[in-house]
Amino acid sequence: MIVVFSLFLLSLLVVTAIAIVRSENLFSAVMLSGIFSLLMALNFFILDAADVALTEAAVGAGVSTVLLLGALALTPTEERRRKRERKVAATLVTVTMIFLAISYASFDQPRIGDPDAPVHRHVAPWYLEQTPELIDIPNVVTAVLGSFRGYDTLGEVYVVLTAGIGVLFLLSAGRPGLLPHRREPRIESSLKSHLIPHVVGRVLIPFIVLFGLYVQFHGEYGPGGGFQAGAIIAAGIILFALLEGEGAALKVLPPRVLVGLAIGGALLYLLVGVACMLLGGNFLDYSVLAADPVTGQQIGIILIELGVGLAVTGTLLSIFHAFAAREQ
Amino acid sequence: MEILGLYNYWVFGALLMIGFFALIARQNLVKKLLGLSIFQSAVFLLYISLAKVEGGTAPIILDPTAAEIFSNPLPQVLILTAIVVGISTTALGLAIVVRIREAYDTIEDDEIRRLDRRS
Amino acid sequence: MAIVLDALSWAMLVGGALFVLIGGIGALRMPDFFTRMHASSLTDSLGPMLVLGGLALQSGWSLETVKVLAILLFLLITGPTATYALGHAASVAGLKGGTREYRASDPREPRA
Repeated sequence: MIVVFSLFLLSLLVVTAIAIVRSENLFSAVMLSGIFSLLMALNFFILDAADVALTEAAVGAGVSTVLLLGALALTPTEERRRKRERKVAATLVTVTMIFLAISYASFDQPRIGDPDAPVHRHVAPWYLEQTPELIDIPNVVTAVLGSFRGYDTLGEVYVVLTAGIGVLFLLSAGRPGLLPHRREPRIESSLKSHLIPHVVGRVLIPFIVLFGLYVQFHGEYGPGGGFQAGAIIAAGIILFALLEGEGAALKVLPPRVLVGLAIGGALLYLLVGVACMLLGGNFLDYSVLAADPVTGQQIGIILIELGVGLAVTGTLLSIFHAFAAREQ
Repeated sequence: MEILGLYNYWVFGALLMIGFFALIARQNLVKKLLGLSIFQSAVFLLYISLAKVEGGTAPIILDPTAAEIFSNPLPQVLILTAIVVGISTTALGLAIVVRIREAYDTIEDDEIRRLDRRS
Repeated sequence: MAIVLDALSWAMLVGGALFVLIGGIGALRMPDFFTRMHASSLTDSLGPMLVLGGLALQSGWSLETVKVLAILLFLLITGPTATYALGHAASVAGLKGGTREYRASDPREPRA
């Protein structure tokens, strides 16, 4: 039964992707890409990846859509009418041929869900076996993310931070300073005049932030962790900015604080690693953080997840405000 | 029924090529970025599909003594971080598009190239 | 007792799925924006109410039921708000209801 469901959802993905490419209005393309992300999250959930589904739903459907809309406020929203070109036809033929080649090659691949596939025979069984012993937290994904492959995650956090700094540099051109100013915007673009969305949104914001904190600190026991929590909290504060206007949101969390959060979170991660070295262990080997190695691992994972959450919240909000400040 | 186990690969191929097509054949820069993110999502789908184990559940071990089958956690970890990196790169791309629009007053690739050639 | 609960929850699940389907068909087949919105609002009010209610009956008295009911409460608040925002935006933007043929046959409408 679940097979029918997953086939249906996978087919919908392809249909939505074609609709995104075909639509000439960029607003509808952005909305369709939000639907695409939600469908993708459903597919991930069916494929047993609860953590990834949560991330995709918060990041892809929430933050990404807001950023694209923010960019569309600064660019034309209609694609120029396309002429039928020979180049397009040639591209279409080429991609169809590559698609057929990939489909043909898939016959040599192990079937989806095959427990004997090479990917399941390598390190994965070791992770599943050793996590209860070495780290003793239920969520293996968090354990691998935070401890076993902590180097990777450290790198990813710094990639996110670098991208945020890049956006700030690009969008601060033509005005003094890197950060958006806290001056009152000329046109207050809030939803204050729309009574019902305004009231309902204000009721929802505390619950969104609370849910973000739950996801952050429950990440060791269930699906969740710093990346998801960062995206959810950022989405809640972006909702606040949309409801009350840019100025009010910047008054609550000034740009300096946001950049501080991003850098502070990334530094916290790095310093946990350095602290492990100073205490006589390897870089990011949390076992030395407490007398009992298992407790040390748990402390380390909670700390670095906190760092990831702060860094992701700060970076996403800085990016959002950079786009919004450019509009004025 | 055996053939259905390959359906995920075909959807992966289709999404990959739809994103690639948008990247090459569309002149609008925002459309190109949307194509890039479809391309990216295709890769995510491939990894998560590979992680699936028949009859398994999400890799959250609530009772270590129970004999349960779990899906592979490693590809999930890789994709989890890749999604957040993906949104950051998309934001960077959008920032560049906004600056291009301010400099050239268009976001169509061929017009930008024409303006470049004229100057 | 268990059979009654089971039958009730399945009836609710199937009924909810039916309403979502009707909403989808309506969104495709209705003639203008406002009637389409009217049809599609079924998919975020009555549909989830029945589906999530059925799921809550399936899970019995447990933490899952609380979570399902929390999701239901959330949907009941956000769904109508989103529909209102959409309709309000359309009416502020000056979109008129009715199809072109209807407006042409309406004597109150100014002739173009």
